Amino acid sequence: MSHSAGFLGSTLGKKVLMAVTGIILFGFVLGHMLGNQQIYLGAERLNHYAELLQANQALLWAVRSVLLFCVAVHIVAAVQVWLRSRAARPVRYRVFRPPAVDYAARTMVWSGPIIALFIIFHLLDLTVGSAHPNYIRGDVYHNVIASFSQPVVALVYVAANLLLAFHLYHGLWSLFQTIGWDHPRFGFVRRAVAVLFAVLIGAGNIAIPLAVLTGVVR
Amino acid sequence: MKLTLHVWRQRNPADAGAFATYELEDVSTHMSFLEMLDVLNQDLIAKGEEPIAFEHDCREGICGSCGFMVNGVAHGEQPGVTVCQLHMRHFKDGDEVTIEPWRAKAFPIIKDLVVDRSAFDRIMHAGGFITVRTGSAPDANAIPITTENVEHAMDFAECIGCGACVASCPNGAAMLFVGAKIAHLGLLPQGQPERAARALRMVEAMEREAFGACSNFRACEAVCPKEISISGIARMNKDFRRVALAGPAPARGKRR
Amino acid sequence: MKLDARVPGGPLADKWSRLRNDLKLVSPANKRKRSIIVVGTGLAGGAAAAALGELGYKVTAFCYQDSARRAHSIAAQGGINAAKNYQNDGDTIYRLFYDTIKGGDYRSREANVYRLAEVSNAIIDHCVAQGIPFAREYGGYLANRSFGGAQVSRTFYARGQTGQQLLLGAYASLNAQVAAGNVTVRPRTEMLDLVVIDGRARGVVTRDLVSGAVECHVGDAVLLATGGYSNVYFLSTNAKGCNVTAIWRAFKRGAAFANPCYTQIHPTCIPQAGDYQSKLTLMSESLRNDGRVWVPKAVGDQREPGDIPEAERDYYLERIYPSFGNLVPRDVASRNAKKACDEGRGVGPGRRGVYLDFADAIGRLGEHVIRARYGNLFDMYQMITGENPYRVPMRIYPAPHYTMGGLWVDYYLMSTIPGLFVLGEANFSDHGANRLGASALMQGLADGYFIIPYTLGEYLAGAKLEAVGAGHDVCRSVVAEVEARTAKLLAINGSRTVDSLHRELGMLMLDECGMSRTAPGLTAAIEKIRSLRDSFWSDVRVPGEGADLNQELEKAGRVADHLELAELMCRDALQRNESCGGHFREEYQTEEGEALRDDQNFTNVTVWEHGGGDAPPRQHTEDLIFETVHPTQRSYK
Repeated sequence: MSHSAGFLGSTLGKKVLMAVTGIILFGFVLGHMLGNQQIYLGAERLNHYAELLQANQALLWAVRSVLLFCVAVHIVAAVQVWLRSRAARPVRYRVFRPPAVDYAARTMVWSGPIIALFIIFHLLDLTVGSAHPNYIRGDVYHNVIASFSQPVVALVYVAANLLLAFHLYHGLWSLFQTIGWDHPRFGFVRRAVAVLFAVLIGAGNIAIPLAVLTGVVR
Repeated sequence: MKLTLHVWRQRNPADAGAFATYELEDVSTHMSFLEMLDVLNQDLIAKGEEPIAFEHDCREGICGSCGFMVNGVAHGEQPGVTVCQLHMRHFKDGDEVTIEPWRAKAFPIIKDLVVDRSAFDRIMHAGGFITVRTGSAPDANAIPITTENVEHAMDFAECIGCGACVASCPNGAAMLFVGAKIAHLGLLPQGQPERAARALRMVEAMEREAFGACSNFRACEAVCPKEISISGIARMNKDFRRVALAGPAPARGKRR
Repeated sequence: MKLDARVPGGPLADKWSRLRNDLKLVSPANKRKRSIIVVGTGLAGGAAAAALGELGYKVTAFCYQDSARRAHSIAAQGGINAAKNYQNDGDTIYRLFYDTIKGGDYRSREANVYRLAEVSNAIIDHCVAQGIPFAREYGGYLANRSFGGAQVSRTFYARGQTGQQLLLGAYASLNAQVAAGNVTVRPRTEMLDLVVIDGRARGVVTRDLVSGAVECHVGDAVLLATGGYSNVYFLSTNAKGCNVTAIWRAFKRGAAFANPCYTQIHPTCIPQAGDYQSKLTLMSESLRNDGRVWVPKAVGDQREPGDIPEAERDYYLERIYPSFGNLVPRDVASRNAKKACDEGRGVGPGRRGVYLDFADAIGRLGEHVIRARYGNLFDMYQMITGENPYRVPMRIYPAPHYTMGGLWVDYYLMSTIPGLFVLGEANFSDHGANRLGASALMQGLADGYFIIPYTLGEYLAGAKLEAVGAGHDVCRSVVAEVEARTAKLLAINGSRTVDSLHRELGMLMLDECGMSRTAPGLTAAIEKIRSLRDSFWSDVRVPGEGADLNQELEKAGRVADHLELAELMCRDALQRNESCGGHFREEYQTEEGEALRDDQNFTNVTVWEHGGGDAPPRQHTEDLIFETVHPTQRSYK
């Protein structure tokens, strides 16, 4: 067994895998959110941006492959780690009130799968179009407005992105710990960075369905 | 004051075990939690029942023998103490108290509240030391160490090996325990030569035991009677990643 | 019984190095074939097992705790002495030796104590190399403090957890040897008897505390490092599991017991709060630097301390010892506290306590200074008592803490049974009638790391040891005896719990064989102990079974041995017609109430040999010869 295989076989290695894939996915989520802000600049600008992304199919699929691979690795590692941890306490406590377990940490285990389901829905809704009421290929602006004009869908987007923000917050903070980026002087920086980016991405993403729903963007 | 205790009773590892309920009258607020159990045990013996087995020794919070869950919290809700240092004045008349052993696959129950923590020893055997032959050390002052480093190392060296971290971790992980030892020795100049090998061996030994993974819940840190920081876990992660990815150092030196 | 201390010749300072030049050595190939049994994994036992493992011996180490890391050495707070003279304040090996001899009130063996001081420096070197985070100065070099009234700063410390850190260091070295395959550790295994074959110690009989299995383990030598017997007093600062069984069983197999009456009672402990009390917690003696000890002048004064006016308080230490005041030595402070309480002037629950008042110091220096000096101790006090010592005076009372007596050993640390070595608090060797602060850790590690690895080799190289197996007739018969004893304890099924009998024994011992002793009291105590022993064997109730984890059974066996030891302690205290160190006989005091030694008749070690069966023990003496120091009478007035 090679050393890297031994490393990846360990829970610590798997956590590093989750951290590394998490960073890549985080980069994507950040870029995705920032790009989508162009919705406020009108249909032309957003559709042009979408066109730009689609321009080089080879590159597009290369990026998609990387993202898909990261998602897969992230999920597989998460499931493995979760199964191991579940097995570590076969008999549950009758009363269990561990202090200081923060909300985000506790929700990782189900925020992950819910976000995964949401991503599938999101792709079917706005990329493939099969879950969309009135999908027009190439008219991203229209597709977004049409989708978010349905209050239920808009709420799903809001809720999922709230979860995503929690997931990112804990994930970001955790990855510093997992990578071992820990210095007493930077302790508060880690927390601040995690909060900042989680809020930024959450707010950026949630703002869009809310803007559509309230008619700010139409 | 009066208390109602729900205590996990299990005759041996094979027994299924169950909760038993005991009503206590006249509990003095000055008693320690273990003294309260002593009094109950004296009554049980007088009634011809078997007393509750629980581990304890120094009863001053340093040996690390004692420990069980008190109302769902390892060593009870008072921060920074072991259960032998928990006093009954923190309870109210009429309280119901649930007492459960540490529950983790890596800590099988031996009897009642007594669990087998030998997994910790096996991890320590793997690398929890600096190899130094007795009598071979240089003068103690040969290597100056900054107070900052030595105090930081001491923060981790205080670990008493009680197992509360594992018991409180929703994942049943031993990261705080192992991280504390790796951080303690890794912060000192004497610990550098074996730093990589130590991290590798101790983490591998930990993985061989049935402990869970770290999800950064930080419950371990919150219940640790010595208030050891999870920054030790970060140090362990770093040391382990470096050595595990780099592999062992290639043999150097001339062939003869 | 022939007592030969085998002290090497030559000048005091050269004895140890000369001996090392002459000691027989065991070849590496032969070390592999030698198996050594170590009982106890505290500082002495853990260090010995590790050091012998390094040498290549096959070592098996036993402890009753669930891990070798938990022995009671872990609870030592203050520090460890060494004659490093890092402070440039005039310390030397000789001074450390002299202070230890004087502290022991000239009742210890010169050569042993000198050797202890001599190896003290190597201990610090080794511990630092092991990664023990001793406190340091800002320049990065080791810090020291003055401890227990020493005039030099020679105490090394790691916060208030020096014992813990030293033990974890020994445990780490032990782990390295476990990893190397040289040492096997058997936790949760209690030694219940010694196996002596052809006059040599060849093994131990143990009980597996989980399965109840009684087994015989044989070896070429047996090392006992099983600590002291302060738990004979029931309430002590020792861990609940500390017990005399290992050395008592060895005594009954022929190892002589020296100075059993020498016990140390620590003055600054938190008093008993009620009948349910299970142990006493020690607070650092340093508290007496700023606290003033007092009790009400009037007998039976039950007012709150704040309601007692200055004029009605008796600051008795300041009154009796104007020059030393509250800083008198441990035994003097302890004895006077007991006296005040015996007069009916004690305070707190049960009236067994005296005040240690910081009001003056807080007024003079400010609360922040006191908090900086003693904050953690004050917090501990508040955690245990629920009282805020910044507002109301602390209450303290003495508690048994350490036993200087133990199995008799020669200069090689070998008992009167060849092949049986005794290390650390379990032996009698270095502290005489009283132990200095920060010397216990030093002795344990000296014995384990730096003495036994040499002297054991001499024994093994010189002894013709036949191969024996665990199936040897003697092993089988000792196993049968142990099993019969266990069965007997379980069969009594009387009406009294082990703890109730132990508590009764403890109260009796504390009253009659504690801080101060009298001939009539001791004589009466011996009778009471005998009848208590009869009650134990006829009326104790040990529930449960033998083939199981049975904590009551464990306790019962230990208390049975404490009940026998207690009588020997009283006998020893009764025959020592003098006061010295921790042994204070009320009949022997100066007009000023000071301990009065009788150097003419008692410059010796009292060594007891088991009489066999129910016969009384036989008394022997080893004369102490002072070639270098000259005993002086101390005075703290």
